[in-house]
Amino acid sequence: MEIFIQQLINGLTLGSVYALVALGYTMVYGIIGLINFAHGDVVMIGAMVVTVVVTSLVGGDPNVSAWMALGAGLLVAIPVCMIVGWTAERVAYRPLRRAPRLAALITAIGVSIILQNLAMMIWGRNYMSFPQIIHSDVYTVMGARVSGLQIAIVVIAGALMAGLTYLVHGTRLGTAMRATAQNREVAGLMGVNINTVISAAFLIGSALAAVAGTMVTTYYGVAQYTMGFMLGLKAFTAAVLGGIGNLGGAMLGGLLLGVIEALGSGYIGDLTGGFLGSHYQDVFAFVVLVAVLIFRPSGLMGERVGDRA
Amino acid sequence: MTYASTSASPASGSGARRIPARTLVGIALIGVVLAVLPFFIGQFGQSWVRILNFALLYVMLAVGLNIVVGFAGLLDLGYIAFYAVGAYTWALLASPHFGLHLPFWAILPIAVGVAALFGVLLGAPTPKLRGDYLAIVTLGFGEIIRIFLTNLNAPINITNGPQGINRIDPFKVGEFTFGRTETLMGIRFTGPEKYYYLLLAFVLIILLVCVRLQNSRIGRAWEAIREDEIAAKAMGINTRNTKLLAFALGASFGGVAGAMFAAMQGFVSPESFSLTESISILCMVVLGGMGHIPGVILGAIILAGLPEFLRAVVEPLQHMLFGAVVLDPEGIRMLMFGLAMVLVMLFRPAGLWPSSVRRRELTTQGDKA
Repeated sequence: MEIFIQQLINGLTLGSVYALVALGYTMVYGIIGLINFAHGDVVMIGAMVVTVVVTSLVGGDPNVSAWMALGAGLLVAIPVCMIVGWTAERVAYRPLRRAPRLAALITAIGVSIILQNLAMMIWGRNYMSFPQIIHSDVYTVMGARVSGLQIAIVVIAGALMAGLTYLVHGTRLGTAMRATAQNREVAGLMGVNINTVISAAFLIGSALAAVAGTMVTTYYGVAQYTMGFMLGLKAFTAAVLGGIGNLGGAMLGGLLLGVIEALGSGYIGDLTGGFLGSHYQDVFAFVVLVAVLIFRPSGLMGERVGDRA
Repeated sequence: MTYASTSASPASGSGARRIPARTLVGIALIGVVLAVLPFFIGQFGQSWVRILNFALLYVMLAVGLNIVVGFAGLLDLGYIAFYAVGAYTWALLASPHFGLHLPFWAILPIAVGVAALFGVLLGAPTPKLRGDYLAIVTLGFGEIIRIFLTNLNAPINITNGPQGINRIDPFKVGEFTFGRTETLMGIRFTGPEKYYYLLLAFVLIILLVCVRLQNSRIGRAWEAIREDEIAAKAMGINTRNTKLLAFALGASFGGVAGAMFAAMQGFVSPESFSLTESISILCMVVLGGMGHIPGVILGAIILAGLPEFLRAVVEPLQHMLFGAVVLDPEGIRMLMFGLAMVLVMLFRPAGLWPSSVRRRELTTQGDKA
């Protein structure tokens, strides 16, 4: 039981990060129908920038408070990620809006390769370790250990998701976004500036990615130029699991995927009599994905769509 | 004049076809070039012959993937899994790992069969998925295969885990081994050169199969499914079986390429079968021109050659410009690779050498999404 609660908590923490990243995928997919493969790498860039800023701040003055340093890191990382996301859209995706779907997908993969290698040339191949500045208290809940950092991650992610929900359902920009997602041409005729809306989706998604990157690097304590890839893949899985294009679905899918992964890797050893171990963690995401798509191809909360070409 | 016009029209069925003299000369020229190519390239070092061999392997893979993506329109991001299956089949059946040393005529059919079986396994549960969702399922499938290859060394050691399997038998026919340097008919053949001719033969067989298939009943059924699945179904095409056939055929070509890879390298490890590889094969197909076999071949050769070319150029160029290696050559190489992908898609979204049908579609019809 203790293991169960512990894995549940770990899963929820990881799941909140997946959910934040998944929101970026799902917003872009909902509006322009593109799997933005480079989104995971935007998360990586956020993580790298935060690590560099915090390291330099802490290195210069050991008395800097941890939260101040993190805040400063975020203040740098969020604009950087927004610029990266916006530029990718403006330069690589916008000219291809009317091109065949596959062309846009290939371009996105190309952008992902470019970002990874730029990061490698700037920050090197090695893992950068995040300075040990966060000494959060550890609480015991029903025999499981919860750190303050985990609570902070879940709470901040929850707040951001609530904010985004309000933005999409309660503001003019959000209305424009939903209209564009439904029908780009008609929304344009109704006076919505499509380009602004799409840019906004990329900017918001990238800002969330920067926060998610910060969470990952503080939680695991390392950052490296390839880290965005698997994370992005899983976040995309989460978005599909929840029903791609659906904000609530991305949040649910992210949390669910995190929990399934944590519980799965915690119990797989016992279930298979030691034949399969916890190093099969990455398999769960994909098994879940395949199962969902076979039995409910539109995702948990997605609407049934006709034939997607 | 009369037969110039009849031969220009697409030849249909099995009726007598006249091949114009110019085409014959062209084929003969290409044949001569292909025959002497390894000796010419070998002048610059045997490593270039190896690169040439890898380009041929990539041609096989790209042409195989083209059946799934280009002909049938099923976006497959996990194609490398079949390459892995073929490679590991050869590795397990012809290495000291299990102590098995089967001859090639036994392993190749097994590798093809196992790869095709995996293709069907992937295709069977996904008959209704199309487009992006299918892409992501296939991507997951490819990753699952790789993760299993990495981890199936305990408790029973099947794949030897991340270390991979080494000391794999080379391809040999009777006593004739392809890995060794030998003098035949007064000409000295090195190992890579011998493999070149073997691979070339496989590529030609695969190409022949593909070209014949494209203009067959099955090929037309694939195209019909690609353009409109519901209409294809209404026309009496069994869409499920036709799609499965595409998956199985594509997979079996991947399996052959994998088996050849294992035999040629003598070593396989899960590292060679990462998602990046799947993606670069897909890029070959798309950059070259989906569904157009000559385009796909061009794409495969360019993308297989480009990194090697950049590897040879980037470092000396930096020495010339800055007097030292300032930037990581590997990084620049991949950066250029990514840039090339983006630029080609921006300026030629149908690929470098698209089929004429596809080009017409793209120019007359604006928005298809």
